Amino acid sequence: MRYLPLTEADRRNMLSVIGAKSVDELFKDVPQSARLPAKIAGLPDHQGELEVERAFQAYAAKNVSPSSAPFFIGAGAYRHHVPSTVDYMIQRGEFLTSYTPYQPEITQGTLQYLFEFQTQVSLLTGMEVANASMYDGSTGASEAVLMANRITRRHKALISGGLHPQYRRIIETTAHWEGFSALAAKADPEGLEDLIAQVDKETSCVVVQNPSFFGHVRDFSQLSAACHAAGALLIVVVTEVVSLGLIKPPGEMGADIVVCEGQSIGNGLGFGGPYVGLFATRDKYVRQMPGRLVGETVDADGKRGFVLTLSTREQHIRREKATSNICTNAGLCALAFTVHLTLLGEAGFRRLAELNHAKASELADRVSSLPGVKLLNDSFFNEFTVRLPKRAAPVVEALAAKRILAGVPVSRLIPDDPAVDNLLLLAATETATEQGMGPLVAGLKEVL
Amino acid sequence: MASVKYSQEHEWIRVEGDVGTIGITQYAQEQLGDVVFVEVPQAGRKVAKGEACAVVESVKAASDIYAPVSGEVVEANAALADAPGDVNAEPMGKGWFFKLRLADKGELDGLMDEAAYGAFVKSLG
Repeated sequence: MRYLPLTEADRRNMLSVIGAKSVDELFKDVPQSARLPAKIAGLPDHQGELEVERAFQAYAAKNVSPSSAPFFIGAGAYRHHVPSTVDYMIQRGEFLTSYTPYQPEITQGTLQYLFEFQTQVSLLTGMEVANASMYDGSTGASEAVLMANRITRRHKALISGGLHPQYRRIIETTAHWEGFSALAAKADPEGLEDLIAQVDKETSCVVVQNPSFFGHVRDFSQLSAACHAAGALLIVVVTEVVSLGLIKPPGEMGADIVVCEGQSIGNGLGFGGPYVGLFATRDKYVRQMPGRLVGETVDADGKRGFVLTLSTREQHIRREKATSNICTNAGLCALAFTVHLTLLGEAGFRRLAELNHAKASELADRVSSLPGVKLLNDSFFNEFTVRLPKRAAPVVEALAAKRILAGVPVSRLIPDDPAVDNLLLLAATETATEQGMGPLVAGLKEVL
Repeated sequence: MASVKYSQEHEWIRVEGDVGTIGITQYAQEQLGDVVFVEVPQAGRKVAKGEACAVVESVKAASDIYAPVSGEVVEANAALADAPGDVNAEPMGKGWFFKLRLADKGELDGLMDEAAYGAFVKSLG
């Protein structure tokens, strides 16, 4: 098959065969009222490549890019340095063209890196088994709730006020259409929430985030014990996976399911995607886990090899009884994650985490020493919340006009709660420099 | 004497007193091939007739096992966790799935006896 457009002669031939005078005639059944009466005002006709490039470069120039300005935005997506080796590796033809394998066993290289990926996720989260990835952290979190509902045969999820608001909304959307209840606690900027008293015999799971959306670092061991006493599961969400280089892994807190957004390792911000979800659980729940799973085995000659395993959970075999609609994974992003983490190694990953925490600590000290600014966190990793003496959104806008990207006003993600209007989320990763922090602190001083 | 009845879903139930032992038939295990995993219901769970309450997974497929009658699970065959192959070797013996305290013995009348089930399997070709 040739991928060339039709010629005028082709079109005339085809029309004459079916007896139509023009292409427009094929759409005559579309009622007049549903048709555009004229061209859309302001939308230009097709243009040549040079003109298109020029137009889009002009649009792109309106953005303030993270690398060109002081940048302190986090809230679920983090700017980290991704070594150029990662891009080189994932663009090798053998990797780049092999989408999630549908004829898996002949693509041993793909299966091997996915196996390595799973191993890394297990080690990071402190869990026994991890799948070959989900689309991203947020949809992974909603899959985790569905999984907990299947395991417990209960239908009530408790959602922490420390969970990222967009994650919460995705769980609520799933709850609405799947018919279970998702009870969301109110936003918890101070990090004082205790959900233990709310866990009862109807609770299928409690969903918490660590560090929380507001940056607080918690140990959920007591909550997990309370969940287990009531027959419920604890789901721990991690939106900044680099934090696991310093913080006790959720597996050691007794988590039953751990979901992470893996973007920070290997993957750029990319306007919000594509990202990669990490999903790990306990061995005893593996048959209820969604997604693809690669296993290690030996071939007929006793040589090491890899296979997709436990596929009977999946849609192509189990049909409507499958554990999930997911029958793919975020393969290339998972590969980038694995390559980057492999380059870092265990010690490098820990150093990266230490560097993040050191930068954020410095930023927190400097920002919270400004008059009227109060740090809300007793603990944090690379992101924290401050209360400003005035509404945060206009402050962020004013600094953006000076080409300083001064974090995320909480009201942007929680628009309906006046109590969060003055709260600002600030993140500092290893990429933060004095050239960025200086202008931010000076800019805040000026605007406040 | 214990009586054995069969369902169209290829489960058998052997009733002694008010407790029925449930498993899958010889025909079903042949169709499934090597069984690699069996998920059985917890004791105490109440199941309705026709409700999916166990899963049998073979190298080819995963299938639900339906309760042939209503009742409460009194015991599940824990040995299947380590020896799922019992389902292939002795589907009507060691390979049983779970035991139900029957809610309504009248429901047994809707099931087939051995001769009827044999004819049913034959009709499947």
